[in-house]
Amino acid sequence: MSKFKKKKGGELPAISTASLPDIVFMLLFFFMVATVMRQNTLMIENKLPVADQVEKLDKKDLVMYIYAGKPSSRYQSSAGTQARIQLNDKFAEVSDVKAFILAEREAKREELIPFLTTALKVDGNTNMGLVGDIKKELREVNALKINYTTRTGDVGQNFQ
Amino acid sequence: MAKRAAPEVNAGSMADIAFLLLIFFLVTTTIETDSGISRKLPPIPEENVEPPVLKEKNIFVVELNKNNDLLVEETPMEIKDLREAAIKFLDNGGGAGDDACTYCRGAKDPSSSDNPDKAVISLRNNRETNYATYIAVQNELVAAYTELRNREAQRLYNTSFVQMEKDLTDVNYVGSKEKLKEKVKKIQALYPEKLSEAEPKK
Repeated sequence: MSKFKKKKGGELPAISTASLPDIVFMLLFFFMVATVMRQNTLMIENKLPVADQVEKLDKKDLVMYIYAGKPSSRYQSSAGTQARIQLNDKFAEVSDVKAFILAEREAKREELIPFLTTALKVDGNTNMGLVGDIKKELREVNALKINYTTRTGDVGQNFQ
Repeated sequence: MAKRAAPEVNAGSMADIAFLLLIFFLVTTTIETDSGISRKLPPIPEENVEPPVLKEKNIFVVELNKNNDLLVEETPMEIKDLREAAIKFLDNGGGAGDDACTYCRGAKDPSSSDNPDKAVISLRNNRETNYATYIAVQNELVAAYTELRNREAQRLYNTSFVQMEKDLTDVNYVGSKEKLKEKVKKIQALYPEKLSEAEPKK
């Protein structure tokens, strides 16, 4: 009658850790999928205004980004407190916009150039003068398709 | 009761569970895409070309001053009323003869716009205007056009214009995309977006 022989000693057996890699990989994959890659490190405040009549900007390779806003507190000592333009990773002047657009075009295939869109990511608290200057530069290099990038939501939030 | 050692849990199916979760998250998460108001800038006018002369009544002047106040046709207005005022202007259809608008449902006021094709909204802003306010105004004006287009799409094709545009980019849309494209173009022609932006005042 020793079929149900009891093991000696009451200590718990070690929990198998063989599945730990699976869990880790799962988390890894999840974050890989869910994260948005930022092309540029922002050196300016960039709280976008809100709108509800928006269109999606698909085809990320056909979009050129122009940022504008007040320099963030880290850069205020060197760049001042007035709203500035940021192209790629550095502050730029209005006159640099043209060169930037031409350089971006150069990097794209020729047949795609008519479909290029310029996304203006401008902080809500910027004066229109700067935006107007950017638009004027864009018109001069014939980059006419623009998109005022916004957050989606009720317009009333703009006035809070 | 004798003490019994806990049996080892079989971890062989753990990987299956992990993959199940992984696939679930893969399917449900979407990478965030930017969205915004798309506009087309006017090309720089060629020299020696006279700008077309527009009748005063066909221009709807929207002005934003440096204190972010909205002036519509030189009278102050709240932003929430702008959409309605723009619709009223665009849909007026006060023209006669060749300029008559058969589908407009507006007041047919002879002192307002002739037809949507002639009606131009002129947006002026000051250099000091706040960008967020400007976007809010742009948004309302685009909304006015969309509302009118929705109405016409409902009347002609029994669907909304927004839905038609959505179908146009939808890969699962059943039916001819060519035909849909034509329909979208037709609606756009009924209420063409004519938004002119003057250079900001100093």
